[in-house]
Amino acid sequence: MFNRLPETQQAIIKRPVDLTINGVAVQCREGDSVAAALIAAGFSECRDTAVKEVPRGPFCMMGVCYDCLVMIDGQPNQQGCMIRVRAGMKVERQHGAREVQP
Amino acid sequence: MIEITQCDLLIVGAGPAGLAAATTAAKLGVKTLLLDEQLAPGGQIYRAITETPVQNRAILGEDYWYGASLVEPFKQSGAHYQPGATVWAIANHTAPDAVEGFEVGYSVAGQARMLHAKHILLATGAQERPFPIPGWTLPGVMTAGAAQILLKSSGVVAGKRTVLAGSGPLLYLVAWQYLNAGIAVDAILETTPPGRLTKALPHIWGFLRSPYLAKGLKLLREVKSRVKIIKGVTSLEALGQNKLEQVRYSVAGKTETIAVDNLLLHQGVIPNINLTQAAGVDQRWNKLLLCWEPVVDEWGNTNVEHIGVAGDGGGIGGALAAENGGRIAAYEAAMQLGSIVRAQRDTLSAPARAQLERAVRGREFFDTLYQAPDQFRMPVGETIVCRCEEITASQVRETVKLGCPGPNQMKSFLRCGMGPCQGRFCSVTVTEMIAQERGVSPEEVGHYRLRFPTKPLTLGELAALPQTDDSRKAVIRMKKPV
Repeated sequence: MFNRLPETQQAIIKRPVDLTINGVAVQCREGDSVAAALIAAGFSECRDTAVKEVPRGPFCMMGVCYDCLVMIDGQPNQQGCMIRVRAGMKVERQHGAREVQP
Repeated sequence: MIEITQCDLLIVGAGPAGLAAATTAAKLGVKTLLLDEQLAPGGQIYRAITETPVQNRAILGEDYWYGASLVEPFKQSGAHYQPGATVWAIANHTAPDAVEGFEVGYSVAGQARMLHAKHILLATGAQERPFPIPGWTLPGVMTAGAAQILLKSSGVVAGKRTVLAGSGPLLYLVAWQYLNAGIAVDAILETTPPGRLTKALPHIWGFLRSPYLAKGLKLLREVKSRVKIIKGVTSLEALGQNKLEQVRYSVAGKTETIAVDNLLLHQGVIPNINLTQAAGVDQRWNKLLLCWEPVVDEWGNTNVEHIGVAGDGGGIGGALAAENGGRIAAYEAAMQLGSIVRAQRDTLSAPARAQLERAVRGREFFDTLYQAPDQFRMPVGETIVCRCEEITASQVRETVKLGCPGPNQMKSFLRCGMGPCQGRFCSVTVTEMIAQERGVSPEEVGHYRLRFPTKPLTLGELAALPQTDDSRKAVIRMKKPV
């Protein structure tokens, strides 16, 4: 589990960014990456893997490992650590490999 | 028509090397563009330096805040800056009546773009060395670097029951920053084997003159006085059903298990070589640091004309070395582009070269001291090697026994290295494991052939690039003249 330092809690109270993670309403800090928002909200997992469909969470937080892939607003395979939160964003767990969309 | 940005010097990466290089070149009047994948400058070492919510300077420490001194001059320098830009291809110019230089493909917010550059300086930095232990793919296991990025960029810190494991300066730096922030660390499982200090001692002279010495020892003392350090860890496992629950480790033949929520792993960093290798830059195996690194001369030049490399992406040297290496490579680029002459390059770069020499003093000492032990680099059994394709160590070893001689053949057998990370988290592991199985050197085994696009790119993203008349004619069947 991860928490926010008290001094950064203030920023959320002053200017919260509201989004949902797997349907749960979450408030986070402007400037957070999606992966950081997930972790701060207590989600250590973000997806089920493409091959064995087992849970996986963010690992490197710098755009290298691609373990933090999530669905964002219906778009699969989004790199959670490289995308910043936006108000109204819908973040969902990605189940297995993405499907080809028409 | 395609909207093309034209620049003389393209720099990739806004860490210390890229920032210093862009500032230096732009001030000399070179038309400079800096592309960076992150949304704010600093790279990883100075991550979020302009926007971190952690404003109590004592938490991250003065070495971190030093990074701010690179950003202001960069902003004033006149260099163009495009954050959030991922470079995925570099090619020689193919357009008719080509101007000299390169065509570069990159994406910003999921939209592909092209630009032309006469000279390219790659400052793509380092990444964590893979740490393939059983269970390292479980949620709750993360790199120590990832924890540090969470702290710098969001003020997010590990909660209760947190253990750090591995070796190297970053492990202790993260522990120190956590302690400064009032965060308890349950233990540091130190994997440095006994006897390493003796092995490193011949390099002590350089270390004694290192700018890091006094600070490093103070930091170590502070961490050691407040965190339980378990030395000589010979095996390490992350256990749990669907997420991390326990860490099991052995010291001197005795095995212990502790309940944990977070395990932060680190055993050094390695150059990020995907872009340099795909661009055709020769790579060599560094026998001390046990990783691939581009072959770079003292001016940052490579075997590919007009492609230079600076910073940790050209060989691990740390932040101050990267910054000064960036300056030196920028003077070289300015000379090659005709903005200054050789004598000016030599005079202007002298202070940076002196700083560089000072910055790398003592590196051999702690590179020897902290070299990652064999069992944590070359796993056995069911330990996952390729995190993306979920390929285990025994699969890799069995495939070598079947006669598979190298990493590129291994791709066809197992798909290892072919997932979205494109081998970044298994390349060195696979090379070393094949070398170990075959009883040959890593150089002889070689590395994955890395190709463009060096980051995953959707077909839609690529197809959205506007077409030129020539590219359209190239794929449209023309009526044969009668």
